[in-house]
Amino acid sequence: MSKTPQHLEKIQRSLVRRYRAEKAFRWCGMLAVTLGLTAVLVVFADIFMKGTGAFSATYIALDVTYDREVLGIENFADQRQVNTADWEALLKTALRKEFPDVRKRSEKRKLYALASNAAGYDIKDRLLANLRLLGETETIWILADDDIDAYYKSWLGGNAYTARLTDGQLGALQALIDTDRIQLHFNANFLSRGDSREPEQAGIKGAVVGSFMTLILTLVLSFPIGIAAAIYLEEFAPKNALTEFIEVNINNLAAVPSIIFGLLGLAIFINLFHIPRSIPIVGGLVLAVMTLPTVIITSRAAIKSVPPSIREASLGMGASRNQMVLHHVLPLALPGMLTGAIIGMARALGETAPLLMIGMVAFIVDIPRGFTDPATVLPVQIFLWADSPERAFIEKTSAAIMVLLGFLVTMNMSAVWLRKRLERRW
Amino acid sequence: MHATDLFFLLVGLTVLAFYMGRGKASQIAQGLGGIRNLHSLPSYYGHYTALYCGFPALLLLCAWSIFEGPVIIGMVMDSLPSDLRPSGSVEYKLLANKISNISLGILPTINQPDALITAAETLQRYSQLSRWSMTALVSSIALLGLMWARSMIVAELRARQRVETAVRYALFACACVAIFTTLGIVLSVLFESLQFFKSVPVADFIFGLEWSPQMAIRADQVGSSGSFGAVPLFVGTLLVSVVAMFVAVPIGLMSAIYLAEYAHKSVRAYAKPALEILAGIPTVVYGFFAALTVAPFLRNVGESYGLSVSSESALAAGLVMGVMIIPFISSLADDVITAVPQAMRDGSLAMGATHSETVRRVVIPAALPGIVAGIMLAISRAIGETMIVVMASGLAANMTFNPLDSVTTVTVQIVTLLTGDQEFDSAKTLAAFALGLMLFLITLILNIIALQVVKRFREQYE
Amino acid sequence: MNTSTTLGVGTLPMSATQDVSGAGPVNIELTATQATVGSAQIPNAKMTVRNVNIFYGEKQAIYDVNVDIGKNQVIAMIGPSGCGKSTFLRSLNRMNDTIDSCRVEGDIRIDDENLYSPKLDVVELRARVGMVFQKPNPFPKSIYDNVAYGPKIHGLADTRVDLDEMVERSLRKAGLWDEVKDRLFQAGTGLSGGQQQRLCIARAIAVSPEVILMDEPCSALDPIATARIEELIEELSQNFTIAIVTHSMQQAARVSQRTAYFHLGRLIEVNPTEQVFTNPEHSLTESYITGRFG
Repeated sequence: MSKTPQHLEKIQRSLVRRYRAEKAFRWCGMLAVTLGLTAVLVVFADIFMKGTGAFSATYIALDVTYDREVLGIENFADQRQVNTADWEALLKTALRKEFPDVRKRSEKRKLYALASNAAGYDIKDRLLANLRLLGETETIWILADDDIDAYYKSWLGGNAYTARLTDGQLGALQALIDTDRIQLHFNANFLSRGDSREPEQAGIKGAVVGSFMTLILTLVLSFPIGIAAAIYLEEFAPKNALTEFIEVNINNLAAVPSIIFGLLGLAIFINLFHIPRSIPIVGGLVLAVMTLPTVIITSRAAIKSVPPSIREASLGMGASRNQMVLHHVLPLALPGMLTGAIIGMARALGETAPLLMIGMVAFIVDIPRGFTDPATVLPVQIFLWADSPERAFIEKTSAAIMVLLGFLVTMNMSAVWLRKRLERRW
Repeated sequence: MHATDLFFLLVGLTVLAFYMGRGKASQIAQGLGGIRNLHSLPSYYGHYTALYCGFPALLLLCAWSIFEGPVIIGMVMDSLPSDLRPSGSVEYKLLANKISNISLGILPTINQPDALITAAETLQRYSQLSRWSMTALVSSIALLGLMWARSMIVAELRARQRVETAVRYALFACACVAIFTTLGIVLSVLFESLQFFKSVPVADFIFGLEWSPQMAIRADQVGSSGSFGAVPLFVGTLLVSVVAMFVAVPIGLMSAIYLAEYAHKSVRAYAKPALEILAGIPTVVYGFFAALTVAPFLRNVGESYGLSVSSESALAAGLVMGVMIIPFISSLADDVITAVPQAMRDGSLAMGATHSETVRRVVIPAALPGIVAGIMLAISRAIGETMIVVMASGLAANMTFNPLDSVTTVTVQIVTLLTGDQEFDSAKTLAAFALGLMLFLITLILNIIALQVVKRFREQYE
Repeated sequence: MNTSTTLGVGTLPMSATQDVSGAGPVNIELTATQATVGSAQIPNAKMTVRNVNIFYGEKQAIYDVNVDIGKNQVIAMIGPSGCGKSTFLRSLNRMNDTIDSCRVEGDIRIDDENLYSPKLDVVELRARVGMVFQKPNPFPKSIYDNVAYGPKIHGLADTRVDLDEMVERSLRKAGLWDEVKDRLFQAGTGLSGGQQQRLCIARAIAVSPEVILMDEPCSALDPIATARIEELIEELSQNFTIAIVTHSMQQAARVSQRTAYFHLGRLIEVNPTEQVFTNPEHSLTESYITGRFG
């Protein structure tokens, strides 16, 4: 059959439409990729814009006189006197001196509210560290209250947020701004303190330490067991129904919603084994059970990538199967397993839901010192702060997210680096 | 001795056993004229001895630690006068706590009935006794094992085989952890759910249209029986998931197609990992983003068009969840699209099909099973996702299909029912486990089907 | 690019050392300027190929090929593996476009239209020059949809009846109709290898191409299936121009009117098939067909 001109004509006629469709399809694809990448950017930009502020805090310069009379302490060696003394009185005196016009009681109270209620303790620490300051007057930077912090930061941004402040406070703040006695300093508290009800005093150290302990436990439990299981399944397991069943289990567990693992932890670890709630041990156990399938799957992939020739060579030398695995396969597969473990740990670090089930959601001020101290973890801290009504916690939450993302990026980068560096080509 | 101390003692003994076993083997070898006269290397005899020393003792230690508490409490309870004996399991737990608190000195003994104080003393005595006997028993078993194994060592002992078999069993046990985890999940969820279904009929739970789990603390209070109809939760979950899929499927699929079929290699090398960042962001971050950025934004947009958008709308949670799921779909779709053999594409292109015609009419149909499986996994992910909905959607169990309204989901209710200081056996907490059972079953079915489909697809093109 | 300037004497493609067991090493030297022997150019050609060089990145795969493909004739391309015959075949309907690193230089024409001119549309070209591949590659669709694929995408059938007719005609021409007419809507992948390959041929001829390129179409098939395909090729050659790459010299001898011998990217000899197999002009051709290497 030779071509009829009709054929060719039809094809040519269809071309315009088809090329238009081609172009549209291509554009759809590009649009989809762009949308996805935009989402990444928007999430990160949003968090960063909200969070960077938390790394600085507003401080007010005050001339504080370390007045023994005001404190009412006779003997500084007496712990009881030192602890019960009215340290905030020094602060209040200094504030009154700074703003002598304020007379009314209610206004005075508003004036005192400029400083964080932790500022008294800062002054205490400062004096106790150097008792020679007693009776002296010095200008020190006092941590401001979170409302003041919010106001000053927004004022610097050109759009002052005045809600929650009285006219008197605004006037005082303006005076401080005019004399440059209010400034932003690096917020060391954020990195060195535990949680607090007062946003300006809240820090993430407790959560970071809690996360660290929980993860250590997760790693210690899931990595050896995961590797052992992977070795068994790849090197020793006979092909039978039981092995098949184990594999189906592993694959399914990897896709089970994380909250289910929380239910498991609650029912088994807490109610059956009576492990106390809120401690890193329970958290570590639950996260270990959760990450185990991931570790097994990646470890198996690493073992699979070791070429059979190495196994044959080793067995050919008269090594037993165990020796072959221990001396040859394991060392070669270890980098891949480590990479998998890091990725699993990164997932565990970001996990929140199962930990809510086992009570790691408590408000904990102290920084945990051991695996049996009540603790919270970074993502749960984020969840708690995100739930707090105070506006200042938005900033803290975003900053905590930045820290969390920082950890995650570091872990993933090191996994990539490790893979690149230790990757072997056969 | 405390269990932890005992554990370290045991570790020490085991190390000692290793050296003793190895030493004896070397000694025998020397007598015979070199280690080649032994069946195995001396260190295997060491491992052999260590195994016999440490393993049975460790097993006993674990069992003792687990069962010690309940057994002692049971014995103490039995010693109580009959009028103080607890009637139900809740009272039993409360009383047990009280007694142990008294014995630990947390609760002051003043104002407590004498019988309880006696019980606390009994508890203390029993605990001490238990600790002593545990120490004695565990260490003697360890020593016995050591001695026995050492006495067994002769040149012909097949120590390597014995040790390797033990190692193999240990590896097998580790592999079985997966089974035990599944079993643990099933049992814990099922057991509590059965308790729950005793008070609330299964049909009422699955088909009931009203969800208000507010249980009174005392039985005679008003509103003592909450209603546990889970349909509103299923509807809410479905609504959020559907919104998420509307975002994730088109974007995920189209970006996979673009990156696999059209994009230049260098673009792909950067865009693919960049998209996968979305999967690495913790869900709590998405929850924060949804609650504080997307939801207010949607409300403002809605207002400017005269729509009333709830500040905890299903739309906000769904949108953000969809963004989270994009990389799941795109990377799974990418896998299956690249697995379609080049011969298929060549066949189509050689017919004069354009690239998009090839993709739409040949590549996608060929990859369809894999893509569908990927979408199923993504749905299972969306249904089980917790933090986004906990933070961005509401608690009110509305029966609505309007994405601008506030809905609640299964996972949100589980979290709400189980956080805070709840009494464990109340219907409220048990309801959470029943919801957990539903969640587990549905996601399990989705996962099993999807994984099976993917496996078949892989086999087809391998 | 001018080939003769880029190729110094002594570069790898110009000398070939073939070790043939029993016969000892055979050293064959080629000179860079050597032209194809035989009758590469003929009157009444459907496609003409002039000075074609093909590169994969830096590597050159085809050197300065000149050949005509005669109308309603079968031309067979033979040669040792890796000699570039498939690469050359793929350049005849621009399938090489799908490989990023591949670059074609020179002049290829169909009915005096330049294949690589920007004015020519590649979609239209491929509708005119169809291709059948080494491994049968039916789409994962029904038999009917496989054959209907081309007419559908090109919009050739106006009605369902037209389409049915086209499918039937193509399947009949491919000699497959009687075997599959009762299961047209079952998966094409369920057929046997030989049937799959005939399905692919039916798929290719459904758009009524002028030229059909076949890239070792029988290499994955058993002898009986091969025989059927060869019969089919003979029948098809009455209406179509066919260029076939083959590994089997017997096949070339059976189905083709002209034979082209490729060696290490060069076209050594083109002559009527009978002459190539009975009285080859070039010593390399002779060595090949007598089985001294390949």
